[in-house]
Amino acid sequence: MSLARKLLVVVVTLAALLALNDVFEYGVGDFQINPYYARIINLIGINITLAVSLNLINGLAGQFSIGHAGFMAVGGYTATYLTVYHGRQIAGWFGAGVTNPLGASIVMVPSLLAGAAAAALAGLLVGIPSLRLKGDYLAIVTLGFSEIIRVIILNIPAVGGATGFTDAIPITNFFWIFSMAVLTIVITRNIAMSTFGRALFAIRSDEIAAEAMGINTTRYKVMAFVISAALAGVAGGLSGQLFANPLNPQNLNFVKSIEVIVMIVLGGIGSITGAVLGATTLTILPEALRSFDQQFPGLRMVIYALLLILLMIFRPQGLLGRREFTWAWLRPGKGSRKGVGRGFQ
Amino acid sequence: MSPAENPSRPLLSVRNVTMRFGGLTAVKSLNMTIPRHALYGLIGPNGAGKTTVFNVLTGVYRPTEGEIEFDGTHVQRMKPYEITKLGAARTFQNIRLFADMSVLQNVMTAHHLRTRQILADAVIGTARHHTEERETRDRAMELLRIFKLDSFAEEPATSLPYGSQRRLEIARALATEPTLLLLDEPAAGMNPQESRELMTLIRWLRDELKLTILLVEHNMKVVMGICETIQVIDYGEEIAIGSAAEIQKNPKVIEAYLGGG
Repeated sequence: MSLARKLLVVVVTLAALLALNDVFEYGVGDFQINPYYARIINLIGINITLAVSLNLINGLAGQFSIGHAGFMAVGGYTATYLTVYHGRQIAGWFGAGVTNPLGASIVMVPSLLAGAAAAALAGLLVGIPSLRLKGDYLAIVTLGFSEIIRVIILNIPAVGGATGFTDAIPITNFFWIFSMAVLTIVITRNIAMSTFGRALFAIRSDEIAAEAMGINTTRYKVMAFVISAALAGVAGGLSGQLFANPLNPQNLNFVKSIEVIVMIVLGGIGSITGAVLGATTLTILPEALRSFDQQFPGLRMVIYALLLILLMIFRPQGLLGRREFTWAWLRPGKGSRKGVGRGFQ
Repeated sequence: MSPAENPSRPLLSVRNVTMRFGGLTAVKSLNMTIPRHALYGLIGPNGAGKTTVFNVLTGVYRPTEGEIEFDGTHVQRMKPYEITKLGAARTFQNIRLFADMSVLQNVMTAHHLRTRQILADAVIGTARHHTEERETRDRAMELLRIFKLDSFAEEPATSLPYGSQRRLEIARALATEPTLLLLDEPAAGMNPQESRELMTLIRWLRDELKLTILLVEHNMKVVMGICETIQVIDYGEEIAIGSAAEIQKNPKVIEAYLGGG
């Protein structure tokens, strides 16, 4: 794709997201989007960022990390801290207030960048010593890390401690959530389709052979870990400043990490399309089952668990396995053999 | 001419290399000199330490004692990927292809260490990324043609018949652009017809691609048929070295293989 075409795609995507953002906030004519649906759609966007970024380390590189909530927390608290304590000042430089749309968007940039940087640093600190470990051992280290982060946050009064970061200013909107989701998908896809992606797949497949073929396995595992952590940090920054869902250490525990793992396992571990599908399904499903709770309180989660169990029995490789979306899916009858239903590798 | 490229200097010299695992000495003060463009065979009965030697040379194990000089660089403390980058590529006795990749992707993966792009090139999709990706693909296809695997390029690597998987491992090793090719029992599991073709191929690689080849092999016919120098080890120690004819007459070798009375 030429540079001009690439720029065009970027501009069109951003314009479309901005237009949708307007529909979200102000509606079109008499139409106003139901705030409940708006909230679910925003959560889908954040969960896509989380699942696709986790898929980079767990799916593409084949390293089992269960500490994604930890990176999300580091990024989320850093980003929110910056907005709460320095947001007014930053917006003031541009003559705007934090809460008006222009000021919010200006503050969002340094806020998310700081969140991503802090989470990336955390990824590097955990990754360098622990990525020499394999399988279960790595999983335990990442779990320990995310719990340590949670306990540290519990003891910092400036960010709300156990009550959560209730001072957070709601500057996240549809535009930021979905532009970050698209960015995450594009970054992950471009890595997967490059020589770096092949290096990760080689590590997933056979580390000894990968080393023998000249791939510095530790370096690439750390690389995947850092990128994955940075993107999780972005997701944290978005969800922390989405007012409906302020940061709270209780929501960023082990269960949150597992939730993201379930998303990528359900979609098909190793597939980016699968991660998107898994994140979407698992955000909608508990809400869609809400009506069951009116008859029998608690029944909703029983059905939710049953559906997951059935899916894992009948499709253990997840909904998509390792297949990826290609444009050929949309062309009826064409490309039914080649190009469709194949993964990157 | 830099000293490293001096053609009279051996490509690989192993000096007094000993490898101990706890109380077990798997390789005992081994010496080995492989000149450029040589076809060098390393043989020995089961458990003689051939694969250990191989793993020491390729950086999987660090030798307990001794030094290994490859192309003017001491490599005995290096990691496998560093040694591969210097130009020594290997195959595995028990085939280790990347099982979830296609035949083509297997070969393309091994070209990774010769690419110059940085991660940002791939993420943004720069011209350098696209050029290198095309080059990698073209080179890989060229290698597959040499090994007559090009018609299976898009098939899963593990769907190939056994003999073809072995050839694919060699093709993959060549994608790292080596000067020294280390083959660990490439004829294992091959039928006589496949072994004969393999012998022709190995000779062709040396003559046409100007490679130096170290062959560790169990199949006597293959080793005797193509190697100029053969080194025999038993219990980790050298017991004989020489041409095929000399080795075949050596009483120590006969005893090691057939058992002493």
